[in-house]
Amino acid sequence: MRCRRSPPAIAAVLLSAAAVALLWALVAGDLPVGATDVVAALVGGDGMGATVIRELRLPRALAAFACGGLLATAGALMQVLLRNPLADPYILGISGGAAVGALGAMVLGAAMFWVDVSAFAGALAAMLLVFGLAHGDGSWTQTRLLLTGVIVAAGCGAAVSLMLALAPDTRVMSMLFWMMGDASAASRPWPALAVLALALVAVMPFARDLNVLARGELTARALGVRVGHLRVALYVLASLLTATAVTLVGSVGFVGLVVPHLVRLALGNDQRVLIPAAALAGGTLLTLADTAARTVMAPQQLPVGVLTALIGVPVFLFLLSRSPRGTP
Amino acid sequence: MNAARRVLPVDDAPLLEAERLALKVGERWLCCEFSLSLAAGECLVLLGPNGAGKTTLLHTLAGLREPTVGEVRIGGLPYAAWPALEAARFRGLLAQQQPDLFAASVLETVLVGRHPHLGRWGWEGPQDVAIARAALESVGLAGFEQRDVQTLSGGERQRVAIATLLTQAPRLFLLDEPLNHLDLHHQIAALDLFQRLVREDGAGRGSVLVLHDINLAARYADHIILLDGRGGVMAGDRDAVLRADLLSQAFGHPLRRIEHAGRAVFLPD
Repeated sequence: MRCRRSPPAIAAVLLSAAAVALLWALVAGDLPVGATDVVAALVGGDGMGATVIRELRLPRALAAFACGGLLATAGALMQVLLRNPLADPYILGISGGAAVGALGAMVLGAAMFWVDVSAFAGALAAMLLVFGLAHGDGSWTQTRLLLTGVIVAAGCGAAVSLMLALAPDTRVMSMLFWMMGDASAASRPWPALAVLALALVAVMPFARDLNVLARGELTARALGVRVGHLRVALYVLASLLTATAVTLVGSVGFVGLVVPHLVRLALGNDQRVLIPAAALAGGTLLTLADTAARTVMAPQQLPVGVLTALIGVPVFLFLLSRSPRGTP
Repeated sequence: MNAARRVLPVDDAPLLEAERLALKVGERWLCCEFSLSLAAGECLVLLGPNGAGKTTLLHTLAGLREPTVGEVRIGGLPYAAWPALEAARFRGLLAQQQPDLFAASVLETVLVGRHPHLGRWGWEGPQDVAIARAALESVGLAGFEQRDVQTLSGGERQRVAIATLLTQAPRLFLLDEPLNHLDLHHQIAALDLFQRLVREDGAGRGSVLVLHDINLAARYADHIILLDGRGGVMAGDRDAVLRADLLSQAFGHPLRRIEHAGRAVFLPD
């Protein structure tokens, strides 16, 4: 596959954008800081500004970046796996399972750590349930997988509504914020960043196989792609990425569906370019959205999921309307 | 020559062999035991009514489906002995349907055929692009490189799929209804193209085609396998199988054989 622009140029543009977004996340906020504070924070210096950056803004910015990258990568993988342009990381019920786990822990008044553990366990349970049911008879069609996932997601949705209805009023607000996606409590971004990096390293050698898979299962098998193994690996990887992201910041919507499409509109459908570009673009978008979410109405914090939709929808519609390729 | 490329294929082995092959789908036998052998330079056509199992048989011959009974060999070895990518350099399949769910240019679509020729980290180079462009030209799509496949007509998409197979450059072509969506001119052009490739001296190529048109089968096939839809198989040289009585029985409609300009033509009564 040939890209219309050279990969190094694309990488340079996306890396610069990511750097700008992260820098803005570090300097924006109630406490004004300068370039010296940023440098001081990064090299471990003292001072009020440096501490705020290092303890609060940097972890949060990196968490948002990691989650955006994870969700966009998972979305790109899901779209290939399900061969469906409307697929997003949440379509197979992973986020539903995580929400049931997280909200269940919140209803019980568990500490933040146990909410995270419970969310991740819920996501894994949903992943195994969907996989087991869809794979039950050994065959594995996209339609069967999709339907199983959609039904499990619907079941999780009902359980979530039930918990929201029954929860004490004092906890409903934090539960809603979790549902919409909220990075304010994310303090440990490194595991998620590591998962993102490992996933990209694992996926890149197989990215051309994904290009072949897009030509249909039969053609892919005839071209020497081990479709069965590849699809199981795709499913597990996309699910783990989604579970990691959702555990860290909750179900931030939109990034996983739209970022892969934005990248596809701009750069074409070569997965070797699309996947890393989606990871960078998703991280950048969510970092920008999260910084906006905590500054535009400060001291009021908005759920970042609302911002991703408010930024992403018009951008997407604009690109779609001027796309020479017609369809995403 | 590295170790992985050792013995494949066995020298002088037929391109494709099926030994005592029988296929069952659910409780229905599609074909009883039969054997076939296809040498380089030959063209085999699969004929039969709808649902007789032509596609299932073709997929079995392509190694994408386990035979119920018997064994399929390409280049003298069963599929199990072939690493997937090596098999993909030896035989290629034109599938009946071409999904185009995401926008992609014609050139990038055709370049997918180079997959088995590239290493794990390989990118398509100028040579691969040249092969793809030549393939597009040979199906009459020169100048279509940057078009989006989703904007093409059905016949153009079919020719993109044929070009993808040519870009794969296998020795054994397995074509499932290659004439789908093609107009008469492009039908003949496609069949002529594959005939030229198969007959080319020293290239060692062969083809298996699923066709619906008995008269085109009569014109291009060396061998015919006729499935009657009830489990019966007639396999043999063209003239032994293309008989009005056998065809009438298989297709469930009386056919008449007419000689015209030295060629047999079959007309429905």
